Amino acid sequence: MTAKVTFNSDRCKGCELCVSVCPKHIVAIDSTVINRKGYHPATVTDISQCIACASCAKICPDSIITVEKF
Amino acid sequence: MAIVYQKSKGLTDAELHYCPGCNHGIVHKLIAEVLEEMGLLDETIGVCPVGCSVFAYKYFNCDMQEAAHGRAPAVATGIKRTHPTQPVFTYQGDGDLASIGAAEIVHAAMRGEKFTTIFINNAIYGMTGGQMAPTTLIGQKATTCQLGRTKEQAGMPMRVAELLSTLDGCVYAERVCVTDIPHLNKAKKAIRKAFEKQMAGEGFTFVEVLSTCPTNWGMSPLKAKQWLMDNMVPYYPLGVIKETSAEVK
Amino acid sequence: MEKELWKGNEAIAEAAIRAGCDCFFGYPITPQSEVPEYLSLHLPQHGKVFVQAESEVAAINMVYGAAGSGMRAMTSSSSPGISLKQEGITYIAAAELPCVIVNCMRGGPGLGTIQPGQGDYFQATRGGGNGDYRTVVLAPSNIQEAVDFVQEAFDIADCYRNPTMIVCDGLIGQMMEPIEWREIPKRDLPPKDWAATGKHGRDHTNVINSLYMDPEECDDHNADLEAKYKLIAEKEVRWDTKDCEDAELVITAYGTPARIALSALETLRAEGIKAGLFRPITLWPYPEKALHDLAGQDHVKAILDVEMSAGGQMIDDVRLAVEGQKPISYLGHAGGVMPTIEEIVESAKKALKEAK
Repeated sequence: MTAKVTFNSDRCKGCELCVSVCPKHIVAIDSTVINRKGYHPATVTDISQCIACASCAKICPDSIITVEKF
Repeated sequence: MAIVYQKSKGLTDAELHYCPGCNHGIVHKLIAEVLEEMGLLDETIGVCPVGCSVFAYKYFNCDMQEAAHGRAPAVATGIKRTHPTQPVFTYQGDGDLASIGAAEIVHAAMRGEKFTTIFINNAIYGMTGGQMAPTTLIGQKATTCQLGRTKEQAGMPMRVAELLSTLDGCVYAERVCVTDIPHLNKAKKAIRKAFEKQMAGEGFTFVEVLSTCPTNWGMSPLKAKQWLMDNMVPYYPLGVIKETSAEVK
Repeated sequence: MEKELWKGNEAIAEAAIRAGCDCFFGYPITPQSEVPEYLSLHLPQHGKVFVQAESEVAAINMVYGAAGSGMRAMTSSSSPGISLKQEGITYIAAAELPCVIVNCMRGGPGLGTIQPGQGDYFQATRGGGNGDYRTVVLAPSNIQEAVDFVQEAFDIADCYRNPTMIVCDGLIGQMMEPIEWREIPKRDLPPKDWAATGKHGRDHTNVINSLYMDPEECDDHNADLEAKYKLIAEKEVRWDTKDCEDAELVITAYGTPARIALSALETLRAEGIKAGLFRPITLWPYPEKALHDLAGQDHVKAILDVEMSAGGQMIDDVRLAVEGQKPISYLGHAGGVMPTIEEIVESAKKALKEAK
């Protein structure tokens, strides 16, 4: 199973709720990026570990995460 | 490629104006998902309050009416009584529902008005900048109780789900939160049950969602989640407060 | 057509049913309680909706919800209850929703009295709620007019998407007199495709709202409302006159005092005094031009305004319309005290004397 997680980064507010619920601890804030709202958006650090549980996507208040799997 | 999760069609494309980590966005999407899954979006009429979620009419992909502060249950009564087969919901905060709108929500519940109220309890007034709410906890600081709420000055905070559950017309009242995935899943189930009972014509259904307000609590979204679990849950117990079975004809 | 004997409030309620009122939300208050009482029994018999709300505030908000979802909605109350509805009325006007509101006026201010009054003129015509908006206000002076106007009010409200108010004094609500149920001409009304009825396959959502955070959007919205009010002022203004063609003394009055004034006219004319009556029927839009033009006639020497109000409220509009062309006197009582025919006659003579 390969997972694909897409972040609509421009709408991310860097709230870190997704970071806190990922059971594999592979979601993190990317402090090297500043989006157009001035936040550091979240991203997946190691997609190979992703189990496509979509916890991150479910809790995101701004619904910016899409999770797919093959 | 199979989609495991994507943004609900029950939400519009508008960008949410809420603060980072605000629970409004999460609860909006749970309602949107439930309505989408139940195939009800096309018939639903929602009523939004005055409060941070005053712009909820921009975010839900169904017809919406903006109500005056506290009056959403009356507005919903006017809609549901004249459109009895269609799903109707109100979405209200703690100032809107428990303060200025206290009479309206109590009487809607008393009459057993067949709509669903989703009540966002974040123990503070968000939109107007952090004043005390009827649900603000003892000792909790707000801009109108800057040394912390005291029982002597403001009384004990109001447990709305319990209050409404004393009324016969309220057939279902549950208190939930969305601090983590297990709680979020329970919250979505409760919202679904509320709409199912509405569509079965059973009576007034109510889901109280304990929510964070990171900005006005003065903490990060993650710290706010913890504060909620540590402080709000002991006073506002989670779970089903009332559930009556379908009316025996 | 056969005449039937009806009590005012009950006739008003029946008129609403005949006009196709879908729903009524109200609350008991003297002297209009018979309106909700009658509708509580009869509306459901027609398959329509009645709810006794927990307050007048709740009632007007139920009207907002029902009107916003495309229904013909109505509420009624009396003065203190209409005070409570002001917030709801401005929201309804701002969201451009149609509805009918009946005010059976009683004496005020505050809790006042349960006797008739006309102290709500300012409240009805000058807003009462916040912001720049107008309510179309019709003032019947007998039960026949009340039932005719209530029926028309639903069409006026739908036509312009605006709250429309019928102001009676409590006397009209409580008295009984014979009336006819006339065929009220129906207007051509546009479909309510703006209403929040549920999308039902529509490709966009309908939102009923009065919040415009962007200053220019809010300004534009207000400009649209102003344009609408100008149109209403052109097309809906109504008044009636009696014996004004040669009148030296013009009485201005509406509602029950206008009816008493009609009797006073008979007495005055019998004494050789050329008196006439100018009776506004729409309090908003006020028949300014008609009154202005009448006041400008050479034969008019003085104006006497008669109201059931302590210092007068319509008198302000009389002054604005007359624009200083002729002197204006006032006769009024509050608290349910009615001006008598004799008082009106005496005041009319005095006004004429002072003018000459």
